Amino acid sequence: MDTAAPGAIYRADPPGGLVVVPLDAFTAVYHRRSGMTHLLTEPAPQILAILGDAGLSLDALLDRLADDYDLADATASALAARLDELVAAGLVATS
Amino acid sequence: MRHAFALRIGPIGFRIGSDWRAPIDQLRSLYRDYPAPQDGVADYTVRLFARRPWRRWLRPSVEIGGDYMLPEAAPLPLRHGLLAAEMAMNLQMALGARRHLLLHASAVERDGRAVLMTGVSGAGKSTLATLLAVRGWRFMGDEFALLDPATGLLHAFPRLISLKNAAILAAEAAWPDARMGPLMAATPKGNIRHMVPDARAIAAMDQPAAPALLLFPRYGDAAAVRQVPPAEAFVRMTQASTNYVALGEPGFTAMTRLIADVPAVAIDYPDGASGVAQVEALCAAL
Repeated sequence: MDTAAPGAIYRADPPGGLVVVPLDAFTAVYHRRSGMTHLLTEPAPQILAILGDAGLSLDALLDRLADDYDLADATASALAARLDELVAAGLVATS
Repeated sequence: MRHAFALRIGPIGFRIGSDWRAPIDQLRSLYRDYPAPQDGVADYTVRLFARRPWRRWLRPSVEIGGDYMLPEAAPLPLRHGLLAAEMAMNLQMALGARRHLLLHASAVERDGRAVLMTGVSGAGKSTLATLLAVRGWRFMGDEFALLDPATGLLHAFPRLISLKNAAILAAEAAWPDARMGPLMAATPKGNIRHMVPDARAIAAMDQPAAPALLLFPRYGDAAAVRQVPPAEAFVRMTQASTNYVALGEPGFTAMTRLIADVPAVAIDYPDGASGVAQVEALCAAL
């Protein structure tokens, strides 16, 4: 899947749309809208939590993650790759 | 249908109808100690029927059907009618169950605590369950275990034990007094003989048990024990469930609760006696 256009806004389901159960290094996520179960590793659950509150651009999301978590090696391209995976999984939408 | 029989296995009621008498007579005999469905209403209806009317007599060939169908299911010769009935009952359960999270697993219970065993065909989940029953564990089933999403308790489903090939002789040696069905040679699954679970398993089949151990046995290698991390156990158990997706969120909640509450262990075992000793040691340490 191609990376979204520059300036695209990423959105996830609001908090009630997901059931999130940490297991170990993996977190089990039940997506109520699709009825699908996903097993995610960091930082995907954190991304979903942030994007569930409000849609953000890639750069704004990177700033939020940097504020909330210790992201020593986070880059926009790495984050874009994670977002592409979440879009492909149906957990994140772009506009 | 011309011939019919109804019974209950654990919480599940079945009605089996057949164009032929023989499979019904065999079921009636083997399941003679089982109760009728609750309030006389079966959860699943299974039909054994002839594809064409004349096939009731001419090279009789049993098609299986019910509320849920697999169109590619091959008909079986009438001499394998009991196998067809058991396969059809499994199929209706696997595709239709909604009240419980259905786990393709064997289960045994002692002191109210259940050990759930699941694995690929040949891993020995049936063999271990029957050997543990010889040691005094209550046999809850060797095909399906039913997890109640509301309570987290495991319900027994002690249907006939389907013994295959070498397991037939082993079971006859372990349970010399057990009642057995006819030997069905050269079925699509090899030689098959059904064994009636012991009287205690049938008498106690309405008693649920709390799952205490998730066990992933593997037969063949030297004895070894490995703790299974929760995410791996979650994946293995969802793969072992035939209706996890169909249950939706209640299935997710029941499964994550099971994984959170119950330790998961994988064992390698070289023979039945070693496997039994490993399971009992693991349970003693819980």
